Amino acid sequence: MSYFRAEDLSLHFGGLKAVDSVSFAVEKGEILSIIGPNGAGKSSIFNLISRIYPPTSGKIFFEDQDITQQPPYEIAGLGIARTFQNIELFENATMLSNLLVGRHRHSTTQLWQELLFLPSVRAHEKAHRRRVEQVIEFLDLEAYRDKLISGLPYGVRKVIELARALCSEPKLILLDEPSSGLNVEETGDMSFWIRDLKTDLGVTVLMVEHDMSLVNRVSDRVIALNYGKVIAMGSPSEVQRHPDVVAAYLGA
Amino acid sequence: MLDFVQQLVSGIALGCVYGLIALGFVLVYKATEVVNFAQGDLMMLGGFFAFTFIGMLGLNYWLGFAGAVICMALFGMLAERVVVRPILGYPQFSIIMATIGLGYFLRSIVGMIWGTDDFKIETPFSHGVLRIGSLVLAYDKLSVIAATVILCTLLYLFFNRTTLGTAMRASSENMLAAYYMGIPVKRVVSIVWAISAAVATAAGVLLAPITFIHSNVGLVLGLKAFPAAVLGGFGSIPGAVVGGVLIGVIESMAGFYLPQGWKDVAPYLVLLVVLLLKPEGLFGVHTRKKV
Amino acid sequence: MRFLFKTDYEDDIRLFPHSGYVVSYGVLLAILAIAPFVLSSYLVSQLVFVCIYATVGVGLMILTGFTGQASLGHAAFLAIGAYTAAYLQQFNVPFPVYFLAAGLLTGVVGALVGFPALRLQGIYLVIATISFAFIVEEVLARWESVTHGNEGMRVKTIQLLGTTVSRDSPGFYFLCLGFLILTILGTLNLLRSPTGRAFVAIRDSETAARSMGVNVSLYKVKSFAISAAITGFAGVLFAHKLSFISPEMFTLQLSIEFIIVILIGGTFSLHGAVLGAIFLVMIDPFLTYLKDDMPGIIAGIAATFGAGKDTAMRIKDSAAAIASANGLKGAIYGLIIVLFVLFEPLGLYGRWLKIKLFFQLFPLYKRATFKRQKIYVKSERNR
Repeated sequence: MSYFRAEDLSLHFGGLKAVDSVSFAVEKGEILSIIGPNGAGKSSIFNLISRIYPPTSGKIFFEDQDITQQPPYEIAGLGIARTFQNIELFENATMLSNLLVGRHRHSTTQLWQELLFLPSVRAHEKAHRRRVEQVIEFLDLEAYRDKLISGLPYGVRKVIELARALCSEPKLILLDEPSSGLNVEETGDMSFWIRDLKTDLGVTVLMVEHDMSLVNRVSDRVIALNYGKVIAMGSPSEVQRHPDVVAAYLGA
Repeated sequence: MLDFVQQLVSGIALGCVYGLIALGFVLVYKATEVVNFAQGDLMMLGGFFAFTFIGMLGLNYWLGFAGAVICMALFGMLAERVVVRPILGYPQFSIIMATIGLGYFLRSIVGMIWGTDDFKIETPFSHGVLRIGSLVLAYDKLSVIAATVILCTLLYLFFNRTTLGTAMRASSENMLAAYYMGIPVKRVVSIVWAISAAVATAAGVLLAPITFIHSNVGLVLGLKAFPAAVLGGFGSIPGAVVGGVLIGVIESMAGFYLPQGWKDVAPYLVLLVVLLLKPEGLFGVHTRKKV
Repeated sequence: MRFLFKTDYEDDIRLFPHSGYVVSYGVLLAILAIAPFVLSSYLVSQLVFVCIYATVGVGLMILTGFTGQASLGHAAFLAIGAYTAAYLQQFNVPFPVYFLAAGLLTGVVGALVGFPALRLQGIYLVIATISFAFIVEEVLARWESVTHGNEGMRVKTIQLLGTTVSRDSPGFYFLCLGFLILTILGTLNLLRSPTGRAFVAIRDSETAARSMGVNVSLYKVKSFAISAAITGFAGVLFAHKLSFISPEMFTLQLSIEFIIVILIGGTFSLHGAVLGAIFLVMIDPFLTYLKDDMPGIIAGIAATFGAGKDTAMRIKDSAAAIASANGLKGAIYGLIIVLFVLFEPLGLYGRWLKIKLFFQLFPLYKRATFKRQKIYVKSERNR
């Protein structure tokens, strides 16, 4: 059985088939990229997995558990974290509290304990903070700890979003266009970090990406989508040579 | 049965007034995503202008009506320029507070100028009734209903058929993009405020035969018109009028058939139930943020 | 300027970042402690109201400022707290018991309001809370067997530990002050814990909060409940202070005043709630003072600038006429709100921070530091 599996996943908005019976599997520890032209349904698949939309039909399995009916917040609890295409950070909070929200699925303290800030809460907070510091170090974010997100440049926010996802110690991470809006240098850093996610942290990565050089550098396998359907699957070079993929991009 | 029809008609007439005020809410909201809590007070001020022209200066009713509408349109532009424009684009909450402040201000100023008594405007519709069989319908109520239908149709056509209407909708969707497309956003917003103040004035003058005008009338009616706008789905012109009529009818039916006290809360109860079932109101469009 | 070197995670967790805070808050506390023995009874009474309003302000801040859920119905929560106390008092329930009961009951009601509010946003939530407040007001006026309707209810003085704490005594002042301090401390604790961060996360992006594992519905209800409970507790103190309650005290007007408290104080900080409360409560005596003394002062100024005695008298009379005009207070009130929204979006606390920064950076302070950026409306309908 695969680590993560989507079976016959469909999402219809009225007559529009954003995702049309898509099936794929992700193996533990691999980096799988989803590519495709704009409007191919890539982000919709992510939104189905993180339960922002309920699927029209189909099922999603993670570690052999059917997660199609789980409430959205439970998805993170299972160890699936994600980033967003257009950055969804908590704008009016510091980077540190953004990252600490990432720790939310590990918090066990009760409301009354927090009101009194009992020693147990304090100990938990310190433990969370230690984990957050590890992520900060991993992604070189030391300079921004107490900065408000609203004042930070786009490239940094993109990294912070990755950091926030990592703070939840995910088993599977969904990256929605991690390089969009980044310059060449930042994209290069991003590709190293994504590889490190796999090799150092052992996180499985499912990624939507437009930048083919990034896809080539990091992916183990690639899925190509068009009009909500899978048109090719395989190694990066195989998929890029696939005639349907070429047709989809060149419009031939 | 006769009672029922009488109550229905007076409910609809009252509802039309709510609907007209609600229209003002909706217009401003549609064009700027601003909720103007001073809308009722604009109506009240319009009523006082009309009272000054008609009751105190002795002008002809229609002349006074027109004069009040023009004055209030200018006042609407002024209010927009002074209170809203500097903070246009800021969180809704700030703007709501600013308009609440404006409302306070208008109420006290009007109280200081005209006093806190009740005033009545004589209109051509103040007396006389229409008899259909044993059914007696007062002209004042019928005039309100007719005026509402006309105004609502005009505004609907304006918003959906004219270039200016499209420009208004565009600037509310994305102001920066509207600027880039060459829409004079500031002027558009200014015009919207003028129109909504004018509509409010029309409501205030039409209302005059039904109820007295005093400095708090705007607050009282505004608090009914606001649920009306929400009930219809904030941002929908037909929704505002339908919501207004519903609230008016519910209120007048509850006042007639239910024990004392229900009249005031029934509209709110209905509103809460509707919001529970349909959080975006009756005619509102449910949208969600794209991520 | 002070630079903090952090050597321990504790440095970020503790409530007082450095010793300066301990000193200044200690001094403030000492002043507040001797206040009732120095100030006139009228001012002490106003201070009690400041404490009560500030408590409500903190409660509202949790809901509106930190969780981003607007409410124009907090007067209803205050009323529920006040009436619960007044009702239970009839059966000789001791103060600590009905105090707790009032807070808890209001908290439960708050949670019940929170549930339907889950699906509502922005303007829809505002109107829903207004509706709720109207319904509560009407229930209070009609449910005569419990609330005595529009006749209102008397509230007896507090019996605590065998002594009587009358509403004008220093004891009552300390009770209100103590509860305010407890509320602030509890809220600060909450804000440095997972729950507080979840609230802020919901305020800034519900989608992201959800994808990080925050149960948005649960936390919204929690926020409503906490905010309502705090307001309910404040309601008990409010009832005791007034010694008489009736439905027309808990109108929309009061809810708007609470919003003004946090708006004028500064929406995103607890300092704001306290400063806003001071402002709102103290504006009344201040306006009275203006009304009584300003005409004389104006006439005096006119006289020094060479106006004759008659002219000065005339000026004094007309100034007095304006000052005592009906509804002047409302106009000033409205003006203050508008001016604050336009020129001090960060509220009094924001102004305080700017002044502090000015002295810290002197002479390098730039006016442009706090210049507002132009913001363009983008539809909130798609949120």
